[in-house]
Amino acid sequence: MMTTTHPAPPPVSPAPSSDTGRTPTTYLPRQALPAQEVEPPRVRFGASPHERYSLPGAVVSSVSLALVLGPVTGMIPNGWVPISAFLLFLAAYAVLIGLDADGRAMRDKVAQVMLWSAGVLVITLVLLVIGYVFFRGWDVFRQVPWLDWGNNFITTDMSLTGPLRPISEGGVLHAIVGTLQQITIALIITVPLGTATALFLNEVKGRFARFVRTVVEAMTALPSVVAGLFIYATVILLFTKQYNGFAASLAITVLMLPIMIRSADVVLRLVPGNLREAGLALGGGQWAVVKHVVLPTVRSGLATAIILGTAHGIGETAPVLLTAGVTSNMNLNPFDGPQVSLPLAALEFVKAPQPDMKARGFATAALLLIIVLILFVLARLIGGQRAGEVTPRQLRRRAARSRRDQGRVERNYEAIRAELASLRVAPAGAVPSSGAPDAPTTSPGDHR
Amino acid sequence: MSSTVLPDYPEAGAEDAQARPIPVIHAPTDRIFREISRGSGTFVLAIMVLVGLFLTINAIDAISSVGVIDFVTTEEWAPETNNFGIAAVLTGTVMIAVVALIVSIPLSIGASLFITEVATGRVKRVMTSVIDLMAAVPSLVFGLWGLAWLQNHMVPFAYWLSTYFGWIPFFKVDGADPSNPLPDPALYTSSTFIAGIVVAMMIVPIQTSIMVESFSRAPQGEREGAYALGATKWGMIRSVVLPFGKGGMIGGVMLGLGRALGETIAIYLIISPLYEIRFNILENGSNSVAAMIALRYGEANSFSMSALMAAGLALFLLTMAINFTASTIIARSRSGADSEG
Repeated sequence: MMTTTHPAPPPVSPAPSSDTGRTPTTYLPRQALPAQEVEPPRVRFGASPHERYSLPGAVVSSVSLALVLGPVTGMIPNGWVPISAFLLFLAAYAVLIGLDADGRAMRDKVAQVMLWSAGVLVITLVLLVIGYVFFRGWDVFRQVPWLDWGNNFITTDMSLTGPLRPISEGGVLHAIVGTLQQITIALIITVPLGTATALFLNEVKGRFARFVRTVVEAMTALPSVVAGLFIYATVILLFTKQYNGFAASLAITVLMLPIMIRSADVVLRLVPGNLREAGLALGGGQWAVVKHVVLPTVRSGLATAIILGTAHGIGETAPVLLTAGVTSNMNLNPFDGPQVSLPLAALEFVKAPQPDMKARGFATAALLLIIVLILFVLARLIGGQRAGEVTPRQLRRRAARSRRDQGRVERNYEAIRAELASLRVAPAGAVPSSGAPDAPTTSPGDHR
Repeated sequence: MSSTVLPDYPEAGAEDAQARPIPVIHAPTDRIFREISRGSGTFVLAIMVLVGLFLTINAIDAISSVGVIDFVTTEEWAPETNNFGIAAVLTGTVMIAVVALIVSIPLSIGASLFITEVATGRVKRVMTSVIDLMAAVPSLVFGLWGLAWLQNHMVPFAYWLSTYFGWIPFFKVDGADPSNPLPDPALYTSSTFIAGIVVAMMIVPIQTSIMVESFSRAPQGEREGAYALGATKWGMIRSVVLPFGKGGMIGGVMLGLGRALGETIAIYLIISPLYEIRFNILENGSNSVAAMIALRYGEANSFSMSALMAAGLALFLLTMAINFTASTIIARSRSGADSEG
């Protein structure tokens, strides 16, 4: 046990009158402090000119040295110029820093430059991959008669186009249709099942839920070709006996489910516990809390999870290769006969020996990439909104809902009042009049 | 005298305190909700079990005809003559995965330290988005890029490597003649090396995101402690961030390994299939279980299909073993990470 006493401060405002009896009271240490002065700006040491110029200096010197070694004198092949420029840059930078700093500072600077270059390298590689496929696809997009609507790359199929026909003929409409149908079927299965499972992991909990979570996490790395083999062994061998689009969408489902569950699980885990407890404290049951508190809170996160899952599902090639079959004709019925999707069509085009077919393959892959990029940007836009933040439109909608609620509350109130009044009339004095609740004090504007 | 009495904290006997058991009675709606969600959890679990079960059932036919030992040790893949095994393809799979790990580990450690320690503000957001985007790019796109762009640009490097480091058994290329001024590029294409680099690109995002998660959990107090003791940023990273993130690093690398083993289409596009164990990673010809399944599934014969199922089962068991280990390591590193607050 411990006792603290504060010295009685010089009272600013008349403290609880000191002339009365000595009742034990605690004086807060309130003192007449002078108004806080504006803190003078701190002196910050900027980088010295040496530090400031050593990075650009190292860049310039290493690049020029590499250029001299490469294209000018021919001592190293041109392909080596970027790599040797980078190595020379590291050396030059280390030497420049080492001129007036100790070894530890030098290592720090060089390590930070290495981390920067790892970041830049990853970004460059991604841009290179995406840019290259677009560049190769552009060759086809340029030659396609876009204005001839009904007869271009995305409005015709390959049924009438032989492998030696020019690029301006034929298209991938059959693959677009296949992709849309297959991903739709996969989403119809994945979204409810995935959401329910994620809710099971987070809301129901328990030992079995933990076990399911472990299995789902392991399942995220299920090799895609194994999923294809599984659907081949079950759906195709046992039931349909032929390749079809439905089997392909089931294979995509097997791969999308764990991804979807995992990301929904992560989002649900971020719902603050006090929101749930507030819902429970208001008398809501578990389902009511899930429906009215948990799901609305994670709506944007869940949408992001679904969209990213869709992006993954659309790009799956191996399971579709094993289950969908290959055709160059339009097939509108996913339950009957082979049906290609965009990645599968791209793969088949690229495997063909003719250069024009290969070009079509790159164009199809570029188309697939465009869809994935659109989905990705969409997911970013939706996911960019943080939980608890609302747009003006959402705010208006909530206000409207709140006004509706108020009408309902007032109607209920009137009904209860009438009932109470009738009770009071029938057995006189059974309900004391003070038991009636007070009139509502809220006005429509208060709800938000 | 005026005095404030601070209450005793009940920390002394806290271990003895026990929550009073509260009986829970769920309303019918809640019971339905719980049962439905439990049902979907069970269904997802059942899918996973069924994958293993059906592969096993379909594989029994093939494995029983050659025996488990032969199946694991044979290099050939000729189900027609009853002479097949996964020794070569499994070795190839592991070699491609190892090349992918060697390339991707430095890249993803660098990228994740860049995101958590170096980059701030907009750069950090852009970099995180790029990593997510990289995870969303279909493997077919990576495969096409590897086939049509990377391969051409890697052949000179492979040639240089085999010329100067050919004395290391891995970099040896049979049939290469260093004195020939015009080397045959076909010798260096479609190799384990090139497939490994492309697979590395595809496992960088998963490794990076797991590592970012574990590095950002390194406690702030210890970081500031390191700075207060005079550490540079790199010194702080080495003495605080890396030791704290070790579990996440190992787990992330293993998850990446799981992905690399299961990768199909990119490898399928790049390699030229080879059914013998060979450790020369720069030389034309390689194989992996997944790519072999994708290449050979068209053989309508039900016995060869059964053989492919057996190969798929082996791949399935391998990736699952690696993944369970990885998620255990990650979960363990997570539970200890926030003890320092």
